[in-house]
Amino acid sequence: MADLEAFKEEVRAFIAEHCPQELRVGNRMDIPGELLGPWVKALADRGWITPDWPTEYGGGGLDRKATAALRAELKAVRAPIISSFGTSMLGPTLLEYGTEEQKKKHLIPISKHSIRWCQGFSEPGSGSDLASLQCRAERDGDEFVITGQKIWTTGADRADWIFCLVRTDFDAPKHEGISFVLFPMNQPGVEVAPLQLIDGTAHFSQVFFDGARGSVDDLVGPANGGWTVAKKLLQHERSTDGSSDGGIGGSAKETIVDFVKREVGMEDGVLADPTIRERLAAQEIDKRCLGLTMRRAAEEARAGQINRDISSIGKFRWANMVKNEQDIAMDAAGTQGLGWEGAGFEANQLERTRKWLITRADSIWGGTNEIQLNVIAKRVLGLPE
Amino acid sequence: MALTLSEDQLLLRETAQTFLADNSPVKRMRDLRDENDATGFTRALWKEMADLGWVGILLSEEHGGSEMGLAELGVVLLECGRVLAPEPLLSSVLLGGNAVRLSGNEALQKDVLPALATGDRLLAMALEESGRFAPYATLTTAKESGGSYTIDGTKRYVLDGHVADQIVVVARTSGSAGDRDGLALLLVDANAAGVSIERTSMIDGRNAAHVKLEGVEVGADRLLGNADLLDSVLDQATAALAAEMLGTTEEAFERTLAYLKDREQFGVKIGTFQALKHRAGEMFAELEFARSIMLDALSAVDEGRDDAPQAVSAAKAQCSKAARLIGAEAIQMHGGTGMTDEEDIGLFFKRLKAAEVSLGDATYHQRRFASLQGY
Ligand SMILES: Cc1cc2nc3c(=O)[nH]c(=O)nc-3n(C[C@H](O)[C@H](O)[C@H](O)COP(=O)(O)OP(=O)(O)OC[C@H]3O[C@@H](n4cnc5c(N)ncnc54)[C@H](O)[C@@H]3O)c2cc1C
Repeated sequence: MADLEAFKEEVRAFIAEHCPQELRVGNRMDIPGELLGPWVKALADRGWITPDWPTEYGGGGLDRKATAALRAELKAVRAPIISSFGTSMLGPTLLEYGTEEQKKKHLIPISKHSIRWCQGFSEPGSGSDLASLQCRAERDGDEFVITGQKIWTTGADRADWIFCLVRTDFDAPKHEGISFVLFPMNQPGVEVAPLQLIDGTAHFSQVFFDGARGSVDDLVGPANGGWTVAKKLLQHERSTDGSSDGGIGGSAKETIVDFVKREVGMEDGVLADPTIRERLAAQEIDKRCLGLTMRRAAEEARAGQINRDISSIGKFRWANMVKNEQDIAMDAAGTQGLGWEGAGFEANQLERTRKWLITRADSIWGGTNEIQLNVIAKRVLGLPE
Repeated sequence: MALTLSEDQLLLRETAQTFLADNSPVKRMRDLRDENDATGFTRALWKEMADLGWVGILLSEEHGGSEMGLAELGVVLLECGRVLAPEPLLSSVLLGGNAVRLSGNEALQKDVLPALATGDRLLAMALEESGRFAPYATLTTAKESGGSYTIDGTKRYVLDGHVADQIVVVARTSGSAGDRDGLALLLVDANAAGVSIERTSMIDGRNAAHVKLEGVEVGADRLLGNADLLDSVLDQATAALAAEMLGTTEEAFERTLAYLKDREQFGVKIGTFQALKHRAGEMFAELEFARSIMLDALSAVDEGRDDAPQAVSAAKAQCSKAARLIGAEAIQMHGGTGMTDEEDIGLFFKRLKAAEVSLGDATYHQRRFASLQGY
């Protein structure tokens, strides 16, 4: 315990030294590079971008308690947490399924935040039914040649590498002919066409492969055994600690409670609109329930007391919470929440409106709410199909 | 009171459908939005709508209208809602225009209404001052002295205020925020000294403006009425908006239904999944509730029923509820496709949000309904 206290002191000193006030804004997308760069480097030097990874792969080698303490300290001051497809999805998957060579090659750049990854799972005809995917890879000596299309690929236009599901056996049952491959995006056979979203951004893209190449050394798991690896990765994608932090697209400048207070106004110490007040309280209680349940899930797992896998309810309840939170904000802002851009609205209002729009996706990406509920019914509750 | 359309109304609907199919695909609205068009709608089309008699549906023959009712205007608006036509029927006809029409000011009626009916003059109404709908909360003042009013204040969300030639300003001659007494509706020329108009860009691609009034002087002959007039105008406009948003909701529903019947996953149409089927059934029920109560509100106004205000608030509450449910489900059931700007369903989703909030959201109208019912 004394060690942990000392460690927290160390973290606070680190934050004081490396995280200037103007950087303490949460996980925002619009932090200027000259501000973010030194922070990323300082974190990477300590292995604290991926604190719980082994040091030989660029991690911090911290145990669970120290990792949690570090995250808590960072969160307390709203220091940006560097999270990416690499840190939260591919990395943990490689730690489990990767070869030693793959770990060395790919985990270190992820832990330094120097290589950006994207996720090539969904295709136009294969969203919820991911295992029906048609994008193909054929062996050519030491390489794979990839042909086909992916869609909704977040960050594809900025990614250096892609982790991609491809069909390598067309005769096998659909789950048994899929491989999990890694290959670079910057090569002749890859074309990226960004798609605009309803919030006006273009975070995701269509990606076309026409003879793109990857090394067989970058096949993760056995050939035709990619579905198992993919399922594990999806588990990482769907896991949540239950904090909303604004949902997809990162933190807003202002917390939801502060925003609502300002829009609605306070009278005698309470929100001036009783309906909004009750909804906000219900929402905040829901958020607590989710956070505590996810914590309990982790504690039960460690204590070997798992009855039913309660972590499975995290993704869809998190999505509902994030969406509901933004709905309340919109209702609080009224017509001032209808602005798209420019004059007549405060920056906080415009930001909220865009967040409201983009968070509609939180119940879609990573498996829709319907799919989460199907999984729960089948795998967790054992209901007949 | 009929809950079905009359022969004449069916004919009107057919004309509207044909005209809009020929002239106003959803793409027109999308293009206007993408081009950031300065007007925000198509003036030539507005003129044609006027020629078809739509602009003058409520006006007397003497003022160039056809003296039909809100039910007829509702038929047209519903069809406009289905194709997201951004023409200023709500702002110009139902808010600004109706404030003149329903006033007792014959001189102003004679000056304004015929020009409105031909599509040559555009009106708007400047009421709201904060984001939250509260019609009596007006702080804008109108000080009377020597036969004229001097107006000072700031108005928000003035629909189509950026192109209006004249704006009906709701101001206060006495009392304080929240008082129903002391409100006055005054007709102000958009180019009068002291009026500054700032166009705002909205999520539904429509247009609104913030309007600042600084020492704006108008003669006493520009007085249209008080809070009674405001209430009548808002009731009619709200019922009409309910009709328009029902059209948008219905179209979003139909498109989603078509998607459920078309999109395949797991080797079957996604409409096969019971999880979606049941929700489609719920959407259908909300939509049809909304249609019934909207039709009731239109005829309550046309028939001058005593409970028209209740009927209107009930309609807006239910239409907002249906719009919210169906808008959200439309995106969710379209999956990733629903999140793309390229797919039209997002345009419907955004318009439904704006309509839901405009002229009072469901909570506002539920509260008003309760007050009117005495509880
Ligand atoms: C913002 C955003 C970012 C994304 N980023 C990525 C990314 O980086 N990489 C990537 O690979 N993918 C990404 N996706 C894609 C995402 O994983 C898919 O959109 C999602 O899995 C749904 O697939 P779909 O869009 O094809 O919808 P569909 O599968 O066609 O679903 C349509 C509707 O049918 C419902 N449905 C489908 N099957 C069933 C069933 N069995 N029972 C009940 N209902 C069902 C769905 O829930 C949905 O409501 C992203 C999506 C979004 C919106």
